[in-house]
Amino acid sequence: MSIAAVVVVVLAAILIGAFGIRMSRTTSDFYVASRTVSPLWNASAIGGEYLSAASFLGIAGLLITYGADMLWLPVGWTGGYLVLLVLVSAPLRRSGAYTLPDFAEARLESMAVRRASSVLVVLIGWFYLMPQFQSAGLVFRTITGAPEWAGGLVVAGVVAANVLSGGMRSITFVQAFQYWLKLTALAVPLVFMLLAWRSDGFPGLPPGDPWALPLHGREHPLYETYSLILATFLGTMGLPHVLVRFYTNPDGRAARRTTLVVLTLLGAFYLMPAIYGYLGRVYGLPATDTVVLTLPGRLVGGVGGELLTALITAGAFAAFLSTSSGLTVSVAGVIAQDILRGGVRSFRVATVLAVVVPFALAGTARSLPVATVVGLAFAVAASSFCPLLVLGIWWRRLTTVGAMSGLLLGGGLACAAVLATITGGPDTGWMGALLSQPAAWTVPISFAVMVVVSLLTPSRVPAGVARTMVRLHTPERLNVDRGDWRPRSL
Amino acid sequence: MTGKPRRVVVTSPRTAAARRPRHPLTREIDEQTRLGEVYMRSLVRTQFRLALFVCTLLACLVGGLPLLFLLVPDLRSAQLLGLPLPWVVLAGLIYPAFIAGAWLYVWQAERNERDFADLVERQ
Repeated sequence: MSIAAVVVVVLAAILIGAFGIRMSRTTSDFYVASRTVSPLWNASAIGGEYLSAASFLGIAGLLITYGADMLWLPVGWTGGYLVLLVLVSAPLRRSGAYTLPDFAEARLESMAVRRASSVLVVLIGWFYLMPQFQSAGLVFRTITGAPEWAGGLVVAGVVAANVLSGGMRSITFVQAFQYWLKLTALAVPLVFMLLAWRSDGFPGLPPGDPWALPLHGREHPLYETYSLILATFLGTMGLPHVLVRFYTNPDGRAARRTTLVVLTLLGAFYLMPAIYGYLGRVYGLPATDTVVLTLPGRLVGGVGGELLTALITAGAFAAFLSTSSGLTVSVAGVIAQDILRGGVRSFRVATVLAVVVPFALAGTARSLPVATVVGLAFAVAASSFCPLLVLGIWWRRLTTVGAMSGLLLGGGLACAAVLATITGGPDTGWMGALLSQPAAWTVPISFAVMVVVSLLTPSRVPAGVARTMVRLHTPERLNVDRGDWRPRSL
Repeated sequence: MTGKPRRVVVTSPRTAAARRPRHPLTREIDEQTRLGEVYMRSLVRTQFRLALFVCTLLACLVGGLPLLFLLVPDLRSAQLLGLPLPWVVLAGLIYPAFIAGAWLYVWQAERNERDFADLVERQ
């Protein structure tokens, strides 16, 4: 029955992709769509793209493994939008930037910084895509017994085909629907499982079980908790597939309101993985990413359990497909525009590159829990784009050289730590903690380098910074000169 | 009823006129005069102060919780309504707190922008 659910979701994705062929996906289409899309739809679309396998499956798995400290993961993935709201959302929309490299170019007036941003977008996208494919493989193996690469291949293939045909992405309503599908796919089984839990007489944890206590279960719990908090709260704003959606807001004010709704939708969703984790522990399920899938069978059982498992499987594949296509479009767009020569042909090559590299990585890297690897992508974003956005929006004295050195050093160090972790670096001791949770040292380095180098190179402040500040901060109803910079359309 | 009506000198304190700048303020901003820059900097500073205020509150809440659990170990195993306290906070109460903070921020940020736009357009 679960196989049928996967087939339905995959077929629906292909059909929607085929249906969307005639819908072109240019920046102006987004702009036109923005006039009709309300904050609720827009926010649902952001939620649909944002909630990946890591949220849907990964959190519960990590909770069972490490205990209460992992509750910070969903807290950070939601709270990141609060930081994004107050520091970035309205000015970012007003900048008119369509991608992170666009913002870098608009603010710093430098092609070099633009190119550095492009490389980082591609790396973050690949680090984020890789665990999606690995996770798809794991789920596919659990329900069919197929080898691990098969599920990843299905997802990679469908995403590549869809993006190449130009569909899927431009349809805000499809992504919005994905959010509500994922919410339902976790909520309905949860209701039945809570009923089953009640009829079992509310079994709890054995008294004195340290699993439920914070600061327990890892070697350096305090450092790792703080590092996780920094990575997730500051990394959200630097994710390439989130930013594009802000362009769909008609103005800065709508961008803020959309973010507020996103926060509410994510808060509602993230109440559930914790309960899955708790029940999984109570019923003694093994600590893997598939715990969400196996739990209904264990608690409810029978045909009902199978139906619920099928629903969760459908939600999981919706998560793989929506996040992966959002990321693939963003990564392919950046590769085509900034690394290849641009144009439709480049976009095709770029799409293949955007999917094949993380798929190959998924096969060769060691398999870590999906939420851990996604957390690493957040750490890279937090140590590169967070300082670029925050200083770029609020600090006039940021210089081209400063931004460039911060991006290279902060982003570079974080990427090195990620590569060391996924290829099998040290797992234990301080070295292991520093490499598997790099944000606590790479984020301060990146901020410090950007500020200090900027102060040392005052002559390299971009010439149009005053005009850019007007553009970023003045409300749209004022009729002022905002400069004539426009993002290059694909 | 003889003679011309008495002449009256009509004067005005002209207070409003005296304060009116020569150009509309949007033009001061467009031409990046010192006055326009003063207005722009005040807008950016007001919004930044608000953002910083919310971020500081958030940092105290989010950064304070692990520290609290570290320094007061009893809190780690405390119970609230029969559930472990850290779970009630981290898997429940913190989300409405985020939403409340976000809502207040949006309200205040929009008010700041309205005030700025009114100020610039009134002139």
